[in-house]
Amino acid sequence: MGKRLLEVEDLSVTFRTDRGIVRAVDSVSLHVDEGETLAIVGESGSGKSVTALSILGLIGDADSGRIERGRISFEGQDLIQQNDAVLRRIRGNRIAMIFQEPMSSLNPVLTIGKQVAEPIRLHQGASRAEAYEQAAELLKKVAIPDAAERLNDFPHQFSGGMRQRVMIAMALACRPKLIIADEPTTALDVTVQAQILSLLKELTREANSALILITHDLGVVARYADRVTVMYAGRIVETASARELYANPRHPYTQGLMESIPGLATEVGARLITIEGQPPDLANLPRGCAFSPRCKYSQDVCLQKPPTLETISQDHERACYGYE
Amino acid sequence: MQAYIIRRLLALLPTLILVSLIVFFCQRLIPGDVIDLMLSQNDLATDQDRAVIEAALGFDQPMYIQYFSWIGDVVQGDLGDSLWQNTPVTQQLAETMPITFELGLLALIVALTVAIPIGIYSAVRQDTAGDYIARSFSLLMLAIPGFWLGTLVMVFPSVWWRWSPELEYVPFFEDPLQNLSLMIVPAILLGLSMSAVTMRMTRTMMLEVMRQDYVRTARAKGLSEVAVILRHALRNGLIPVVTLIGLQVPLLIGGAVIMERIFVVPGMGLLLLEAISQRDYPVVSGVFVVVGFGVLLINLAVDLSYGWLDPKVRHQ
Ligand SMILES: Nc1ncnc2c1ncn2[C@@H]1O[C@H](COP(=O)(O)OP(=O)(O)OP(=O)(O)O)[C@@H](O)[C@H]1O
Ligand SMILES: [Mg+2]
Repeated sequence: MGKRLLEVEDLSVTFRTDRGIVRAVDSVSLHVDEGETLAIVGESGSGKSVTALSILGLIGDADSGRIERGRISFEGQDLIQQNDAVLRRIRGNRIAMIFQEPMSSLNPVLTIGKQVAEPIRLHQGASRAEAYEQAAELLKKVAIPDAAERLNDFPHQFSGGMRQRVMIAMALACRPKLIIADEPTTALDVTVQAQILSLLKELTREANSALILITHDLGVVARYADRVTVMYAGRIVETASARELYANPRHPYTQGLMESIPGLATEVGARLITIEGQPPDLANLPRGCAFSPRCKYSQDVCLQKPPTLETISQDHERACYGYE
Repeated sequence: MQAYIIRRLLALLPTLILVSLIVFFCQRLIPGDVIDLMLSQNDLATDQDRAVIEAALGFDQPMYIQYFSWIGDVVQGDLGDSLWQNTPVTQQLAETMPITFELGLLALIVALTVAIPIGIYSAVRQDTAGDYIARSFSLLMLAIPGFWLGTLVMVFPSVWWRWSPELEYVPFFEDPLQNLSLMIVPAILLGLSMSAVTMRMTRTMMLEVMRQDYVRTARAKGLSEVAVILRHALRNGLIPVVTLIGLQVPLLIGGAVIMERIFVVPGMGLLLLEAISQRDYPVVSGVFVVVGFGVLLINLAVDLSYGWLDPKVRHQ
């Protein structure tokens, strides 16, 4: 593996809501090396998107969010300390993001060409003509038929899968070192999901970019990720290399996830079947381990305070008081 | 596109016919008629005099015949003659319409230059002091009737500083500055009252649009906040605002009538008020026909502008 590219340490993010302060991300630490693919897995509301947006410095712009504490170091600089001008030079340029909703993530009144060319013009100072030429190349790369002719089309003239290809083209535009794909295929037909993921994987490898792949889908993880981080209620419960995690899941929640997938690792598109019990309510978390109400191994110690992430073997960490 | 426009124009016909009916018959319901007025002004009072005038003006015919003969002329572009001045109504309109149009246009410019930037500001700085001030200002503008504000502007500065607004009308092309110095005060008053609703709408729409996923995408590209707002959010936010502006045009015309009266601007509004008080039916009808037609055309233009603003509509 390559050099350390991104290092998130002890990140906590809170939101002001009607029901009080909610800590959507709590003491999260993770890292990504150059060229590697890290998957972040967890059920809805576990804080995956908030983690991703924090890395881009997009928390607090249009919401009530606040980074409470933590350090996000990317290529050696701490992003949390940087002012907005510095962050803007990184966004879309060194770190690009692909969002979950291809239908609404493209601007409906601007042409595809304009939208794909925009980061090229912005970050590389390319002229309009150059940027459009590169945009056409990028669209060809993501296998959009008649790419050059479609530059003047608008998003509504593309299907969901095609729009997600456009989003990928846009993310690749400035050859970023890190691409964050936030559930890039959840909104798509099962048949196109695999195509899009393969394309994404192939192109990131080709550009030697690292990838953070956020997903609900453990099947996807087995195929595309080098390492996996599992989140529950804003915290990381387990991190391991993909192979290790499948062979030897050590957190009861991860085990539950594994068991609920039929034909593990073969079936792309198999979705999480929720584990027995209610998903946690962030505004009203138990004092101890957030998973304890659903955990069959729960003991007294689990109700006192949340367990911290501890290394249990090389490349394998979990946050659990242990049940062996 | 051309076929579409022609179809839309044809669809205006029923509305126009309805307008002409309402205008023609309603004004005859105003108590007191023009013959009485004419007789009293000329000290004539015999039944014979009345019959002569009635016959001369065609008022001895049944109403529906009068309507058909009038509408027949209107279709040919002849709106009849003023009952008092004997000049063609079309000529009077040609003199007054550009003035009202200028007033309306100036008011619209004032309204938009006030409403859109403040609306954007108010949305971007939601719930800050600036937002509250902007919103209070717009509430105030909604609540204060234009005629009251107009009267204040006429009265108080002249009492306090012996300054009063220009009242001598000069055509724009004769002396633009002199012309604007008369028009600007009523245009600002009219524009401000129109800006209230437009500002609120701009604010609401911008708040809505700024939450959209594509705005987040724009931020994730590394665009500055100004570029995000102006390039990505504003055009989406303005689509409904344009409709609202179209809907406000009749209000604008209504407001212009009052402002013309207060500031003695010799436009269509003043012409209309005078014509009503003199029961000058052809002039009243003429003004309404032109205004009705104008409003319908503007609304058509607004609909067509969607195609330009919203590519989804363009491709349908
Ligand atoms: N803008 C916001 N305002 C208030 N609370 C928020 C906001 N965004 C996120 N949250 C809170 O953070 C929690 C985690 O949200 P996040 O979007 O990160 O979940 P996720 O893991 O991405 O889920 P999903 O799989 O549904 O996308 C949410 O349950 C919510 O309570
Ligand atoms: Mg999410």
